[in-house]
Amino acid sequence: MTTTLTKPPAEPVPEPPRRGRHGPKSARAGGQMHAGPVAYIILALFTVGSLFPLVWTAIAASRDNQRLAQTPPPFWFGGNLFDKIEIAWTDANMGEAILNTTIVAGISAVTVVFLSTIAGFAFAKLKFRGRNALMLIVVGTMMIPPQLSIIPLYMMVAKLDWTDQLQAVIFPSLVSAFGVFFMRQYLLQALPDEIIEAARVDGASSWRVVWHVVFPAARPAMAVLGMLIFVQVWNDFLWPFLVLTQNGNPTVQVAVAGLGRGFTPDQALIMGGALLGTLPLLLVFAIFGKQIVGGIMQGAVKG
Amino acid sequence: MTTRHDTAAPPAKGGAAPGRGPGGAASPGEARKRARLSRRWQRDLRWSPYAFVSPFFLLFAAFGLFPLLYTGWASLHTVELTAPTEMEWAGLDNFTRIFDDDFFWNAAQNTLTIGIISTVPQLLMAMGLAHILNYKLRGSTFYRVVMLAPYATSIAAASLVFVLLFGRDYGMINWALDLVGLDKVDWQSDKWPSQIAVSSIVIWRWTGYNALIYLAAMQAIPQDLYESAALDGASRWRQFIHVTLPQLRPTILFTVVVSTIGASQLFGEPLLFDANKGASGGSQHQFQTLGLYLYEQGWINQHLGRASAIAWTMFLILIVIGLVNYVISRRLRASS
Repeated sequence: MTTTLTKPPAEPVPEPPRRGRHGPKSARAGGQMHAGPVAYIILALFTVGSLFPLVWTAIAASRDNQRLAQTPPPFWFGGNLFDKIEIAWTDANMGEAILNTTIVAGISAVTVVFLSTIAGFAFAKLKFRGRNALMLIVVGTMMIPPQLSIIPLYMMVAKLDWTDQLQAVIFPSLVSAFGVFFMRQYLLQALPDEIIEAARVDGASSWRVVWHVVFPAARPAMAVLGMLIFVQVWNDFLWPFLVLTQNGNPTVQVAVAGLGRGFTPDQALIMGGALLGTLPLLLVFAIFGKQIVGGIMQGAVKG
Repeated sequence: MTTRHDTAAPPAKGGAAPGRGPGGAASPGEARKRARLSRRWQRDLRWSPYAFVSPFFLLFAAFGLFPLLYTGWASLHTVELTAPTEMEWAGLDNFTRIFDDDFFWNAAQNTLTIGIISTVPQLLMAMGLAHILNYKLRGSTFYRVVMLAPYATSIAAASLVFVLLFGRDYGMINWALDLVGLDKVDWQSDKWPSQIAVSSIVIWRWTGYNALIYLAAMQAIPQDLYESAALDGASRWRQFIHVTLPQLRPTILFTVVVSTIGASQLFGEPLLFDANKGASGGSQHQFQTLGLYLYEQGWINQHLGRASAIAWTMFLILIVIGLVNYVISRRLRASS
């Protein structure tokens, strides 16, 4: 990982509009070629492969254990979906878990976005001694596996009496080297130096520049980073699993994982819980999927 | 955020003296005011960058660096989960105990094999997908979003669904195998099938994400490279091999690094793939990864010191892999 390039936004290719959406941002695979039927067949297969487990989760949740212990497996919905979801909501603490996870992921996303934006701005646009060394440290921290820190973190949490408390999950999730890196990449190309200069000439202090120039310019990237962090924290498994228990402030992951235990597990109920735990994020994806896709592609590192 | 960046300011050096040139008819009072303003200005310019980056580094020091080093310290002690604050010096005892444990080597081997069978097909498929998505397509946004849906699915939910799909007696996959006349597979108990099943969860969740990263890199390749290759009479396939792949090398390296780290961290998928065996990763430890082994030592057997030693060992292994990666990529660059 030495140099990093940023990609200028690709020019949209004029295309006959379909359902009011723009076509691909750029179309090239050794030329402006249209995809052939084979490409569409492969894409269709991948679409089915990506969605099938999710759809089947709902199908399984709508059945009962008796039906799930028969062959062939069900391929269509039964009538129990809402009962199972309701049971999961109350018995498995899913309602509370979803609320908890929303709080944790929300606080993390907002904090990470704010801190990453100011740090990314400093790294992208300000000159200061040690800038490159510090940026190298940021990139280096992206390489440190989280598992390395869990044991001392666990000791800390035990010492502070934070077990089963949401702050035990919130604090470690506020560190995001990826966020700093992502915002730096974005601001390098999205924030012209002239604007900063102009604000400076008008006598604006650094904080005023951040409020009135950087934040407005960074808004699209901030939204995307916020969503990415939200998804990441929502799906965090190992750490919440260690410090939260089923009966004390579980997050969605902890609650869903707890459903799977026991020797005669209620499979349909497990699927109901899994579905409940995934639905909020799928809704976010259904609404903002395009932006999230764009964000991941924007933030793609070119080493 | 109320970081005051004018507290630790040094005496402003230079650049703060207002020009008293000829014709500069500034009154002394005004000059002083100007000088003060411009001193504050200098301070702001010099120190505000540090104010902007310090929150990240403070948080990282508290929740990243300190725990990292403390893990190293703890790995040299006997620490029990029941009394995490009482530490007794043990030297390298934890490490020797681990290296004598067959289950450690079993877990290391499983991590390696699961890592390979989850990462290699995943990245190859992602590359192919990205290539297809790089054509002019109808509804390309739709495909991109759909491919990311698994990434939005949590480890817990995905693992539990795959457990059902891979069920021995009533699972859909065995039913399909049966349909085409193949024998049913015991996906949970047999070594290779269980590792393939665990890997398939990883592959399902991450292929689309990596495809998007490759796609972004492909779209950044200058078009004229293809044009000149086409003028030289290179076929589409040769263009892919000689233009696309070399241009994507840094991105490929990046995804390999990230996937390697991810694979070394595997925890939730194997843990939930046999929920009743939990930390042991199957009845015969057949899919126990290093992540599970660490959890088992630290939280089931309650030896936090030993778990710390495992964590550091994993880190060292990763560093070695990283160095090997680095050397190989340098060689490749030198040879091309």
